[in-house]
Formats: sequence, C-alpha cells, structure tokens
Amino acid sequence: MARIIVVTSGKGGVGKTTTSAAIAMGLAKKGHKTAVIDFDVGLRNLDLVMGCERRVVYDLVNVINGEAALNQALIRDKRCNQLYILPASQTRDKEALTIEGVGKVLEELAKEFKYVVCDSPAGIEKGATLAMYFADDAFVVTNPEVSSVRDSDRMLGILASKSKRAENNEEPIKEYLLLTRYSPDRVKLGEMLSVEDVQEILSLHLLGVIPESKSVLNASNSGIPVILDEKSDAGQAYDDVVARYLGEDRPHRFIDEEKKGLFGKLFRSK
Amino acid sequence: MSTEPQHTPYQKPALEFKSSTFSVPVLIPYTNDLTVIEHQLQQKINQAPEFFRNSPILIDLQELNKQSISLNVAECIELLRRLALLPIGIRGGLHDQNEAALALNIPKISAQQNISHQDTAQKLEKIIPEPEPEPETSEQPSTRIVTNPVRSGQRIYAHGDLIVLSQVSAGSEIMAEGNIHVYGTLRGRALAGIQGNTEARIFCSDLQAELISIAGNYKISEDLDESVRNKPVQIYLNDLALIIQDL
Repeated sequence: MARIIVVTSGKGGVGKTTTSAAIAMGLAKKGHKTAVIDFDVGLRNLDLVMGCERRVVYDLVNVINGEAALNQALIRDKRCNQLYILPASQTRDKEALTIEGVGKVLEELAKEFKYVVCDSPAGIEKGATLAMYFADDAFVVTNPEVSSVRDSDRMLGILASKSKRAENNEEPIKEYLLLTRYSPDRVKLGEMLSVEDVQEILSLHLLGVIPESKSVLNASNSGIPVILDEKSDAGQAYDDVVARYLGEDRPHRFIDEEKKGLFGKLFRSK
Repeated sequence: MSTEPQHTPYQKPALEFKSSTFSVPVLIPYTNDLTVIEHQLQQKINQAPEFFRNSPILIDLQELNKQSISLNVAECIELLRRLALLPIGIRGGLHDQNEAALALNIPKISAQQNISHQDTAQKLEKIIPEPEPEPETSEQPSTRIVTNPVRSGQRIYAHGDLIVLSQVSAGSEIMAEGNIHVYGTLRGRALAGIQGNTEARIFCSDLQAELISIAGNYKISEDLDESVRNKPVQIYLNDLALIIQDL
C-alpha cells in the first residue's frame, strides 16, 4: 500500500513545489516507485521545476473528468524511471477538483506506486484541503519568519481535524517540519527565527533544515530538482530529509554558520 | 395506510426544544446621538476587534426610556450591523421601538428586572424553573481534556473545565464554562467562565496569551504587564477586575 505524502504550508512562496520535486526525486532515486501530483490547478508550476513542461498532454483535471486515463496523463521522468509526474491543469481552477475524483485518482495510484507526493497549493481553500485530505504523512514547509510559522500552525490544525484519517477516527496524519530558506547568518543577526524558536512555536518533529541557497533558484530555472545537484548544500539537505524520512538516522546540518563545529553548536549562548 | 400508525411510535424525534441560558453582551446606550455612539463603540471595538467581530448583542433601552429619550431603533440596528455586530434582541423598548426592531427581524426580549405585574412575574417563575433543571441534571458539566496542541484557527469549547496538556497556539481560541488549565504555553485566547461564572479561573504554565477573559471581563495582550508574561500564572476575578498572580 502506498504512502500518500502531502507537502503543504498554508503560506505561498515558502518552497512547497521545490520540496515536492526534490523529495519525489529523492524517493525515486532510492528505488521506490514514486508519483508526484501538482494540485495547484490554475497555477501549474511543478512541471517547470521537474523540467517536463514540454511533455504535458493530459493533466489531473482530465483524469478526474474521465477525459484521459491515468497512464496517459502520467509523465515518466527522463532521469529516473521510477518517477512519474501528474501535472495540474493551467486552464481550469480549483473548483474542477472533487473529493471523489481526487480519491479515485489517489486510489488508483496507490495500487501501482510506493509513494505518492501531493504538491499542495498555498492557502487553506479547496485545492489545499483536497491535497491533504487523503494524506498519510504531511511535510509542513515553513520559512523561519512569523507569518509563515503561524500559517503552518493553522495548516497543522486543519491536518488534525479535516483529513480523511481525522474524520474516520484513524491514526492521525504524521506531521513533519521542514524548515526551508534557512540562513544561520541572519538568525545570528536576529533577522530570522532560529530552529529552536520555530520548533518551540510549532512543537513538531524536525525532518530537516534546508539552507537558503542559490542552487535552489538555479535548479528551478533549469528544471532540475535541486536534490540532483549533489554538490549544493540544499541538494544535500534534501538528500538528508529523504533518508531521515525513510528511517535513516542522520545528524542535522546547515543549522549553524559555516566553519562552526559541534562545540560551537553545543555551547552557543542564547 | 396500515404501515403508518405502526411506524410512528418507533420514529425518533427529529427535534427537541430545550431551554438554555446564555450570557450575551448587552449594549446600553445613554444617548440617542448615534454618531456619538458609533464613535465610542468603534473605539471599544478597536481594542479587541476579534472579540467583537460577529458577536451577538442585545440592545437595552430601559435607561434611555426611563429618561424619555427616544432612540431610532432601526438606525441603531443598522449601525451595529455595519460594525460587524449581530443584534439579536431588544429589551426595554417602547411599543413602536419594538415594532421597528421586529421589522428588521430582531425580537423583543422581555426585560425581567422591570416587570412589575405580579402575574407575569409568577408566570416567568413558573416557566423558567420547569425546563431548566432537566437539561442541567442530564448534562452534567464534564471536564474536557485536550492532549494535542491547539493550533491556530482552532476553537475548543468545554461545558465544564478545560484542561489542555499541550500548547495553545497564537490565533486559536479556547473557551470553558468552568476553569481553564493549560500545561503548555498559552499563546492564543483563553476565555473561562464564558457563561458568566465569575468564580472561574485560568491557570497556565507560560502566559503569552492574545486575550484572557473571565466571565466576559477581558484583557488583551497589550494590557498584560511585562511582569506576568512568560511565566506560570493563575488568573481570577476580584470585584470585576482580572487579577494575574504568579503560581
């Protein structure tokens, strides 16, 4: 049975699509058959970040409306044959999504795939709530600033109350915190919330910290998930995230300023 | 035909009438000058916009009518609605004021204190005690325990005491008819004694609340003294003043 992962945040521009692309690629590269779905109907982006925008024929809405079979709409990634992308429709809006339709698509995907990654749109409206409704795990993407943290908190409330698991009184969605665009220098200057601050407000299991990095923008622009850029700090951070999600124990990196050892971290004064 | 009488005795009732008491903010105007009322009301609302938004409100005209000052009820209701308040009744109004309110779907609520006729007073006595005891004995106020964090945007209501073992996030709201205990950080809004119980208290292990209220007496974050923040405190009511005390 597949695990359905939703990548969500509430707030826009925090790195949901980048994260979705990276972890989907990461899971696939580890040999797990993975599908990644763009739920941002009307503002399609995932195909660009995945570099398959020129191969889109059918999309999620076509499949929901029965205008195309799921296999026709899925795009196989050229770099990793375990990875498939289901793009969003750019010409519709989120009203085209229905709970039954999404449920059917996910059910069908679950038969064939090990992991299904749902890239949620921003906001707490229909697209976002449908993306998380069927989820087993949630990656809550948060930037180290107050508005993003509060929106994530709101999203966590919705995850805990309005998902299928919550409605059926099943085991709740497993929630993981992913802190993105983190800049230790700016934390030190007091311009950004620290990992500890965010964790104190959200009290959530930290899956990883992704440093603010030029490589993310470069990767998005060139359509290559940043996790494939093994030399970049962000790429390595995402690799850690995927490994930790799969149960591997890896120490957190990129939390402190460069050239600062373990002792600096341990004895840092507040 | 023959199946109908058989079915009806087994049918579950689709509804039920119960009598229940609520505490609702009451607006008592001292003037009929609506511009002055609007100005001062707006100032009040600005202090705690979330608290007042879509709040039900009762208009009490006893004071004004005692002094024979006539208020234009229709305009007053319109004013309240414009300020995002939801008038739900009028009390102590004159006949034409009540009619004007009714025309805007606002019912007349009988002004209990001013009823002088004995028979109506007796009637009230008769009506009120009868349905009251039943629901109260059948629905005993129970303690509600919340173990998960209360997240931004969530609202929790307890008919008795409320115990939260985790944090209460900013942008959330917890309400209890009895006491509130928060064993994590309290960053949201906490309203104890929400049905008017002035004996209710709030206990928390770290006070960073946006708003605290006991039986409708509230303080917003800005009014909290620095000396009581970020530490374990209890909050109780003494002569309608909120007392915040270290634990």
